[in-house]
Amino acid sequence: MIEIKNLTKSFNNNLVWADVTFRIDDGDTVAVIGRSGCGKSVLLKHINALLYPDSGEVLIDGENIHALDYVSQRKFRQKFGILFQGSALFDSINTFENVAFPLRYFTKLTESEISDKVMQALTYVNLEGAAKKETSELSGGMRKRVGLARAIILEPKYIMYDEPTSGLDPKTADEINELITAMAQRLSITSIVITHDMHSVLQVADKVAFLDEKKLSWFGTLEEMKKSEHPRLVDFITASEYQIKSNQYT
Amino acid sequence: MYALKELGKYTTLLYQALRSSTEFGTYRKNLFHELVKVGYDSVPIIILVGIFTGSVMTLQSAYQLEFAFIPLSTIGAIVSESILIELAAVISGLVLAGKVGARVATELGTMRVSEQIDALESMGFNSVSFLVVPRVLAGILMFPVLYIVASVFGIGGGVAAGYFSGSVPPADFLKGARMFFYPWNVVFGFLKSFVFGFIITTVACYKGYYAKGGAEGVGRATTEATVMGCIYILLADFILAALLL
Repeated sequence: MIEIKNLTKSFNNNLVWADVTFRIDDGDTVAVIGRSGCGKSVLLKHINALLYPDSGEVLIDGENIHALDYVSQRKFRQKFGILFQGSALFDSINTFENVAFPLRYFTKLTESEISDKVMQALTYVNLEGAAKKETSELSGGMRKRVGLARAIILEPKYIMYDEPTSGLDPKTADEINELITAMAQRLSITSIVITHDMHSVLQVADKVAFLDEKKLSWFGTLEEMKKSEHPRLVDFITASEYQIKSNQYT
Repeated sequence: MYALKELGKYTTLLYQALRSSTEFGTYRKNLFHELVKVGYDSVPIIILVGIFTGSVMTLQSAYQLEFAFIPLSTIGAIVSESILIELAAVISGLVLAGKVGARVATELGTMRVSEQIDALESMGFNSVSFLVVPRVLAGILMFPVLYIVASVFGIGGGVAAGYFSGSVPPADFLKGARMFFYPWNVVFGFLKSFVFGFIITTVACYKGYYAKGGAEGVGRATTEATVMGCIYILLADFILAALLL
């Protein structure tokens, strides 16, 4: 379980958000939504201590991750897999090596065991034929999938997706959304999805956190969101592409 | 204030690198790659720099001392001593600030802006140990080796230039080089190249590791790493000469 308590962050005296508090239960998929620049990715980087808050705390399974020393923090981070916005694949190595990378350093598996695990992860993301491809040969959607395969390779308890569908065509975005749902179900992973794509939210989320006006403006289940009359949340939802299909939640 | 802040960040990165240097398992593979990239891959350019530096020095010394009625062996002494004390280390350092410094800053800068460093950290890696330590170690280990290469080819270039131009016979050149050879000069040059290796790689790692702002930020980091590397080399050269000679 992840508990975010009274988290406040600013950069050079510019407040990003203040007093953010919510909880992510095990097995849930929580979508963090909000306008571009509202600090969604900043929040994600606080959850695994890539950034430190000005005040407040993030408890992972009851442990304040920011209070841990660096060595313990690094061990703790292995509970998380992250799919970065730009996939963050290592461009000096190919697809297979990117996915195998954490295994080579953090496990004592043999080469054939590593190969089996990597191929299994690539099969999960429907990329079994791309193992030998260089990262420069991969399309945007394929990069996201390889990033996802790398994120799940150490079988993390939590997985965080930073704008998983940004820059993708609607069909590929749908495939990524389906993968996120499949991962959550198949591997029982707790997921945090940072996005402003309402179509994605409706496909994958159990709960929604809405960051707006430098605070957590709204938090609730997907069903509650559909019925919410919170004016800024309704504004955000109806302004999105999902407006086209608005009959699904009105 | 800005300079102090930068110095603080640079010192912190050095401290982290020092602390991380015990995690040999993390950077072992990368260290080997870096030793090849910094050392082996730089040998051709260093040979070229050495040969031309020695050759030009010999030709110019012969030209300047043409009517000075001094023994020809003096040219060998001047050229070889200048190469050992100053030129092999400094000119190689300036060339490597461009070749090695720019590469390191660009690699780390690109990794920073494309979130690859965040990805490493998020997997549980110590990114300083993985990326910075092997590059700095490769710099301080390989620059002295490259100094020796530059010295050998510099003196060899001097001998060749003297012979082919007809200005200094090889025997006279080498006689002068031997007559004024002091081992301390080699130790001094060796020490300088060690310091220059440290400066170039740490400045480049610092600029690249903290790069921000996309392609423009990487470009800025690379430029700053190269320019600052060159300036610090000249500054360190002066300080070492003032302290140790």
